[in-house]
Amino acid sequence: MKLAREKLMDMLSKMYKIRFFEEKVDYLFSLGLVHGTMHLSIGQEAVAVGAVSALKSDDYILSTHRGHGHCIAKGADINLMMAEFLGKETGYCRGRGGSMHIADIESGNLGATGVVGGGIPISTGVGLSIKMRKTGQVILCFFGDGAANLGAFHESLNLAAIWKLPVIFLCENNMYGMSMSVKKAIAIKDIAKRADSYGFPGKVVDGNDVLAVYEFVLKAVKRARKGEGPSLIECKTYRWKGHSKSDQNLYRSKEEIRSWKKKCPIKRFKKRLISENILKEEEIKMIENEAKEVIEKAVDFANNSPEPSVDEIFEGVYS
Amino acid sequence: MRKITYAEAIREALRQEMKRDENIFLIGEDIGIYGGAFGVTYGLINEFGEERVRDTPISELAIVGTSLGAAITGMRPIAEIMFMDFTTLAMEQIVNQAAKMKYMFGGKAKIPMVIRTPAGSGTGAAAQHSQSLEAWFTHVPGLKVVMPSTPYDAKGLLISSIRDDNPIIFIEHKLLYKISGEVPEEEYEIPLGVADIKREGEDLTIIATSIMVQRAISASKELKKEGISVEILDPRTLKPYDKKTIIESIKKTGKVIIVHEACKTSGFGAEIAAMISESESFDYLDAPIRRLGGLDIPIPYNRNLEKHAVPQIEDIINATKELIYG
Ligand SMILES: Cc1ncc(C[n+]2csc(CCOP(=O)(O)OP(=O)(O)O)c2C)c(N)n1
Repeated sequence: MKLAREKLMDMLSKMYKIRFFEEKVDYLFSLGLVHGTMHLSIGQEAVAVGAVSALKSDDYILSTHRGHGHCIAKGADINLMMAEFLGKETGYCRGRGGSMHIADIESGNLGATGVVGGGIPISTGVGLSIKMRKTGQVILCFFGDGAANLGAFHESLNLAAIWKLPVIFLCENNMYGMSMSVKKAIAIKDIAKRADSYGFPGKVVDGNDVLAVYEFVLKAVKRARKGEGPSLIECKTYRWKGHSKSDQNLYRSKEEIRSWKKKCPIKRFKKRLISENILKEEEIKMIENEAKEVIEKAVDFANNSPEPSVDEIFEGVYS
Repeated sequence: MRKITYAEAIREALRQEMKRDENIFLIGEDIGIYGGAFGVTYGLINEFGEERVRDTPISELAIVGTSLGAAITGMRPIAEIMFMDFTTLAMEQIVNQAAKMKYMFGGKAKIPMVIRTPAGSGTGAAAQHSQSLEAWFTHVPGLKVVMPSTPYDAKGLLISSIRDDNPIIFIEHKLLYKISGEVPEEEYEIPLGVADIKREGEDLTIIATSIMVQRAISASKELKKEGISVEILDPRTLKPYDKKTIIESIKKTGKVIIVHEACKTSGFGAEIAAMISESESFDYLDAPIRRLGGLDIPIPYNRNLEKHAVPQIEDIINATKELIYG
């Protein structure tokens, strides 16, 4: 598939931004500047960027607790994300949501849920609304391998199937739900296969190959726009960091982590862009440096932003 | 006496009971090698193996339903729901099935199961990982609701809960896991439905649950400096709860503040306040009943907002002074 050079540059830039955003917040956390917990998606950048790049800007996404990447891929203002991360008034959710709940409703990012699988039924509802309003949009719903074992997953996929809704169910299989290996949690090899039982296509994709993810999601998007119904895409990838801040990584080996780090999705994309003469090493370096700068500026923006006011603590509960 | 933490006390109760009765098993998410999200079951898998410390996929409804099925056929399951917020996913099995089965079947089924789950805010985990939903469960006949505030109570109440033949919601608190206190090494039971006076006092009764007991104790130390003597009463179990001890305490002090972390509106404090006003102790009150509870908002992420969302030590001190000085 041929993609415009600008598109590829944008994809690479987003992958870098996700990586640097998360490395930065990990660092801020280690300094004790962050309240709460967070879930990093380092190593999974190709899934977020590949998938969202196949959407139009007015399409919707629904995200998860591990959602920084989805948000950046959807074009979020990183200043506002960082401010939310640090609990500031200027943040996307006025400091009320934090790392786990970043949403930018206006841009079609319908938000991240901290309840595993919680977004899946909502995505079916968004699909229904699109169909009833006849807008031609699609909704892409991210969720993890762990979420595929909740009743909500099965109920929602079935509904989307019988009503032929424009939903792309995107399973980010990073091999573990917290400490639970997907091999122990699921008796079949591929989650994608579950689509068979609901009567729509399910595909397995190399989730560390951003262009492969893009290609498969694009097919699903086309199908959805034509009114042919949902798809399930399972991206096989790996989370490099612990599940959250309480993780000692006792359930997996150092060798396993090391072997996946060798399959870095960013390095892989970079290599391909160079070998196919699309970008030069120096051009890539520039994209990388720009991404770093955006993150640094976001930290400044967040640090210089005000805290939410206690007097306004009730604001936002009701319309 | 030896001191251990609240989390260790719970783990010790689990370990001792599992050694005593081989029909007891643990079931939940990441309770094995990970030791649970808060490390409460850490190490138990090495001692009892994967059969009896059963890691599950993310399937809250099935965790509770599976426990129920095992309980009515001779096992004694102890389920862990990682955050109290996620009991909402298991509500069907808890509320419609587990709670009603015995009565609905003419009193015949025995349902020896415990659902352990941590509630509460203060960890920056925001709206979906910080709720205190105990009042919901107290509204369902057939369930018992237990809410320990100290390591000593946690061990004794858990042992009684495990030995009880009814479905029990055992509510822990994330901020209590690390507090330590004296706990006997041997096994002991604390009967369900018996309150505990945590501090004796003369001027005012504070009825507090879970983390609020600890905050009330801190408040009482400050108040003592001003010559105010408060009695701190911990119901320890909300269903059944100990009306008699509450009534006796109010007859003595004539003033009462009820404090819990859960939202004030329709919180368990409303039940206690209503019970007091229906009881003989009402005539002994010389000030209105006062309730302190969480604000009617989802728990916010921002540290400062989060703190303001639920009662703190200063709030208890201020409310006490208001009632005392009029
Ligand atoms: C309903 C529910 N149960 C349990 C949890 C606690 N929890 C948070 S993330 C997680 C693992 C999720 O695994 P997966 O869906 O594969 O996503 P990943 O974390 O791997 O990105 C668990 C068990 C939760 N947030 N929601």
